[in-house]
Amino acid sequence: MNKIGLIIQREFSTRVRKKSFIIMTILGPILSVALFVLPAYLATLPGEEKVVLVLDKVHLMDNDRGKEGLKFEYLNPKNFDLVAAKEILKETGKYGLLYIPDGGNMDPDWIRKKATLYTEGDANLGTVNYIENRLASYIQLQKLKLENVDPEAVKRSRTVVNLNTINIEEKEEKASAAELKMGIGYVSGFMIYIFVFLYGAQIMRGVIEEKTSRIVEVMISSVKPFELMLGKILGLAGVALLQFLIWLIFGGLMYFLATTFILGDALDAANISQENAGNNDMMMGIINSIDSINFPAIIGSFLFFFIFGYLLYAALFAAIGSAVDKESDTQQFMLPISLPLIAAIIVLVTALDKPDGPIAFWFSMIPLTSPVVMMARIPFGVPVWEIVLSMSLLVITFLFTTWMAGKIYRIGILMYGKKPTFRELIKWIRYKG
Amino acid sequence: MSILSIQEVSKFYGDYQALDSVSIEISKGSIFGLLGPNGAGKTSLIRIINQITGPDKGKVLFDGQNLSPEHISRIGYLPEERGLYPKMKVGEQIMYLARLKNLDKASAKKTIKDWFQRFEIESWWNKNVEELSKGMQQKVQFIATVIHQPDLLIFDEPFTGFDPINTNLIKSEIRRLRDEGATIIFSTHRMESVEEICDDIALINKSHKILEGPIKEVKKAHKSHNYIMEVKGDFKDTLPTGMTMKTNEFKDGISLLKVAIPDDNPTALIEKIISQHQLISFNEEIPSLNDIFIQKVQEV
Repeated sequence: MNKIGLIIQREFSTRVRKKSFIIMTILGPILSVALFVLPAYLATLPGEEKVVLVLDKVHLMDNDRGKEGLKFEYLNPKNFDLVAAKEILKETGKYGLLYIPDGGNMDPDWIRKKATLYTEGDANLGTVNYIENRLASYIQLQKLKLENVDPEAVKRSRTVVNLNTINIEEKEEKASAAELKMGIGYVSGFMIYIFVFLYGAQIMRGVIEEKTSRIVEVMISSVKPFELMLGKILGLAGVALLQFLIWLIFGGLMYFLATTFILGDALDAANISQENAGNNDMMMGIINSIDSINFPAIIGSFLFFFIFGYLLYAALFAAIGSAVDKESDTQQFMLPISLPLIAAIIVLVTALDKPDGPIAFWFSMIPLTSPVVMMARIPFGVPVWEIVLSMSLLVITFLFTTWMAGKIYRIGILMYGKKPTFRELIKWIRYKG
Repeated sequence: MSILSIQEVSKFYGDYQALDSVSIEISKGSIFGLLGPNGAGKTSLIRIINQITGPDKGKVLFDGQNLSPEHISRIGYLPEERGLYPKMKVGEQIMYLARLKNLDKASAKKTIKDWFQRFEIESWWNKNVEELSKGMQQKVQFIATVIHQPDLLIFDEPFTGFDPINTNLIKSEIRRLRDEGATIIFSTHRMESVEEICDDIALINKSHKILEGPIKEVKKAHKSHNYIMEVKGDFKDTLPTGMTMKTNEFKDGISLLKVAIPDDNPTALIEKIISQHQLISFNEEIPSLNDIFIQKVQEV
């Protein structure tokens, strides 16, 4: 077996046998499922109940009792003025006081401007939103009355439209599935981001470990530094792919089990209770839109951008690891690597919104951000020339950074003591021989 | 026949010149001492031999051929900075290093087992390296260096960090390897530690080679022409012509004399002493490598 093969094998087998890998691999899917299930579960739990006192001078609120978790209690406007009401608020320690003043007439816009919520401390945003919504609908009701419109007629005429969107650019007209595509784009872009950071940091740590345990000089008397670096990067790529695969299978299985056995009953109940079968419409919609998604293209390009995005950054992380003696010295070098990655994750959201916009286009061409941003665009369909250009730029940059990182690595692993500056790193790149 | 022929090798690190046209011949089956103070350029030279870096000028021949990657498996190297993967098992670790030197799995395993028996450490195979004491790790490191039966072995500062028992064990193992045909290079700044074991030496100072040759000849060429003797009684005689008294100390009834004899013929002096005194000992003053080095550096 050749030497890179041996190095890959060692990196792979020592890491896969590590307890931390086994724990993370098992815990990962559990945690990520928990991440989805737990908020949903928590939302069903009754929270602490808030009570808001209402001093409604004009009887606008029609004795609205509020909702679960947020109750309205009315003070008799004949017995209390604002000052007295505030006293009551202080004495009782209730959450807040909503004051709707009487301007002498029922001008809805005047009420709109003057209604005030008093609280001790800052008011919770959710509470404010809820009260604003309630007030808005009561004020609207008043306005309808002033215009002599029957509110019941308005209610009856309310219509909801779910527009069917069809993308005629695709060969067959298929139901478009923007939400699903966004979901796929977001998840795959985010996966690449997470894996680059997780495994890049592991490579860096591995290189520092080889330096501090002083094994590195023994190693490079047997193999070329570049082979050592490449072996490490590829070995870890194998670990990353294995972990990803296990997560995919395990996560899929967990999702299947969770939806069939736990949420299944709830879904059935929901379906039955929906007389209009609106839910079924939605389900049909999702099934139809799945058809419109080009899965082979998405999976193929995901694997490509996943692997090359990782390789591009891995070499840079290895170079940083080689330049320092301890992990705490890595920060100043980490910044230029972290910035494009963080930029990519920010642009990812914009790109999902406007997959063909100029920001999405340029960031999916720049190789340091393209793996993440391009994945956001691909589910929506990207012209072939753009994908090919982006991929070629990525591969060219990967070759260039790996060559550059190799140069830094070769000198760095034998340097101990002083933390180098960027200028010295550039000098190392120029050394020959 | 030289196993290693270093010809006019220069090495630069930026503006700093680590080696300035250094030429050294190392003959097959010898124990060679590459000596010099810290920072002289020894490690730079060793890294060139190991092909970790290349020379900027000059060339290196290994066994008559230009040094090339295929020679890597014929060289064993124990760097000054020792190290092993702390989380790897001892057996796996040596196995890995052996296979990187192109040993196949089966023969690597067999050779490792032989060495483990020789060092009586068979029970260590499944231990993690970090569980071993420093002394134990040194044995493992030594085995890893010699496991592929290299023709050329390079030890950088070989005896620093080794305890006396291990030092003796390693010295005798190194002699055995030499007897089996290997060539050994010791690189060290502690010249006294390798004096007794080296056949040939080269002295390097400030990127220049300042001296090279068989250790006996080097010492001969740098001898002081002084002779040291112990004579019973207080020695006050005049010396034969040409000779000069360097020191004369009388203590506990014995005179300790140091006499310079430029023609290295002490017969007249010995005859004179034994005719009137009792001669207890008579020795030629042999300079140590340290002395020679200091003398050489001062000359330059």
